[in-house]
Amino acid sequence: MTKAPSLPGGPVRRLAGLLHRRPGLRLSVLLSAPLLWLIVAYLGALAALLLSAFWTTNVFTGDVVKQFNTENFRALLTEEVYRRIALRSIGVAALVTIVDAVIAFPVAFCMAKLASPRAQRWLVIGILTPLWASYLVKAYAWRVMLSGSGLLNWAVEPFGLSGPGYGLTAVVITLAYLWLPYMILPIYAGLERLPNSLLDASADLGASAFRTFRTVIWPVAFPAVVAGSIFTFSLSLGDFISVKIVGGAGQLIGNVVYDNIGAANNLPFAAAVATVPVAVMMIYLVAVRRTGALENL
Amino acid sequence: MNTSLSRGTKIALWVALALGFAVIYAPLLVVLVNSFNADRAFGWPPSRLTGQWWAASWDNAGVRSALWTSVKAGLGATAVAMVLGTMAAFAVQRYRFFGRDTISLLVILPIALPGIVTGIALNNAFRTVLAPFGIELGLFTVVVGHATFCVVVIYNNVLARLRRLGTGVEEASADLGADTFQTFRYVTFPLLRSALLAGGLLAFALSFDEIIVTTFTAGAGVQTLPIWIFNNLFRPNQAPVVNVVAAALIVLSVVPIYLAQRISGDARTI
Repeated sequence: MTKAPSLPGGPVRRLAGLLHRRPGLRLSVLLSAPLLWLIVAYLGALAALLLSAFWTTNVFTGDVVKQFNTENFRALLTEEVYRRIALRSIGVAALVTIVDAVIAFPVAFCMAKLASPRAQRWLVIGILTPLWASYLVKAYAWRVMLSGSGLLNWAVEPFGLSGPGYGLTAVVITLAYLWLPYMILPIYAGLERLPNSLLDASADLGASAFRTFRTVIWPVAFPAVVAGSIFTFSLSLGDFISVKIVGGAGQLIGNVVYDNIGAANNLPFAAAVATVPVAVMMIYLVAVRRTGALENL
Repeated sequence: MNTSLSRGTKIALWVALALGFAVIYAPLLVVLVNSFNADRAFGWPPSRLTGQWWAASWDNAGVRSALWTSVKAGLGATAVAMVLGTMAAFAVQRYRFFGRDTISLLVILPIALPGIVTGIALNNAFRTVLAPFGIELGLFTVVVGHATFCVVVIYNNVLARLRRLGTGVEEASADLGADTFQTFRYVTFPLLRSALLAGGLLAFALSFDEIIVTTFTAGAGVQTLPIWIFNNLFRPNQAPVVNVVAAALIVLSVVPIYLAQRISGDARTI
């Protein structure tokens, strides 16, 4: 295809000349494929999904009835079971975020402020590597760890205790484990930007360790923690695979969507349920935008 | 490095760091050790170690075909994402136009929304739009779904590189008589290559690991490796093979980190 690209007057050369003279044409060519894909295919699919949330399914035939109504959303808001599952999902996502923040902060602080630059490089690689290990493998690892004869039970047995087994606690542990690197890395990046001299100055001026933390470290670290929380919160909110692997009989909002697509074959209701995590994330993003966290992503 | 912290605080922080890394790596080590566990039920600690499961998994036809499907889906999605992501990055970085700021948001949307939303939206669209043309859910739809959320990583990498390059070398190339295509082929593309490789690596890894969108876009006959693992996770007699596949994937996760170091000298750039 590049046989004679430079022959004067060749078709390729003429096309190149045309493109060179017309930046508008160049731009349209560049934008055409990505926009066709992302707007027509992807946004179109999302819009169709949102639209179908306002349809219903015929109870007897299982066919979708294309008639606008808000029945799905009414069921979602009024039926106790869905409200409970939605609140439980938000609770799990919040708990995962808190657990991750509490574990990640000292780790990130130690990496950014105590480790030598050479050690920092290796520590970052140490945090990044498990990110490349499969999601499913990590969830599976906890299934193995938490099983009846697994490592956790074996480790606490001498103390007369037993592990949490499969259930919501296991889901929180597994999700917190899965998303921990997403919390450590932004906090590390945020603290790395905090000059060490500021900490020294604060100590020289007589501030206690707690005061230094509250007035010097936290204002810098907070947007980073929020940036990390966007990942941990959003990723936990949509998850249904971990719940299936370690959740026992527990259900989260993702499972309701999944079951309505598969077993119940009720796409309109599944679509309506799927708007819940999207709405929650939108509210969350708007709420945290003022912290400046979005620039920390 | 830091002098303002007390000795006790420093020790506590180092202990926290060590514990954090222990928490991150312990479950992965357990899976690695368990893949050699001779006992089918994987009681801890293992009573006896054996390599027989690794041999059995190597010959497992299901694993092999799932691996091959995953590789094909990953390569297809990466190729599409590279083309789309590079085009979008050029448009945004080199031109001013109405709606330019929303492109970044549009590109990030497929990965920012919960996977299940993207999954059922695409599933619904494929079934209503493609089914009348006789196209069933299959490898093709998996590639389309994966490419949609892979565009963002290529876009980000290429955009960052273009911003750093500026337009000087391209203008010089044009002044010396090269046409638009020659400039791209001999000047811009070689300068973009490492950014494309790093982005492509990440896109492939994203696709290779994806399960949620895949669940909704793969037909009944198409099994990627994550789908295969998930389908066999709850079958006790398949547990040894699942263990070996999981262990192999953990070992393989070192490869992209190593490659990233080779490409850019810094794992953090991807």
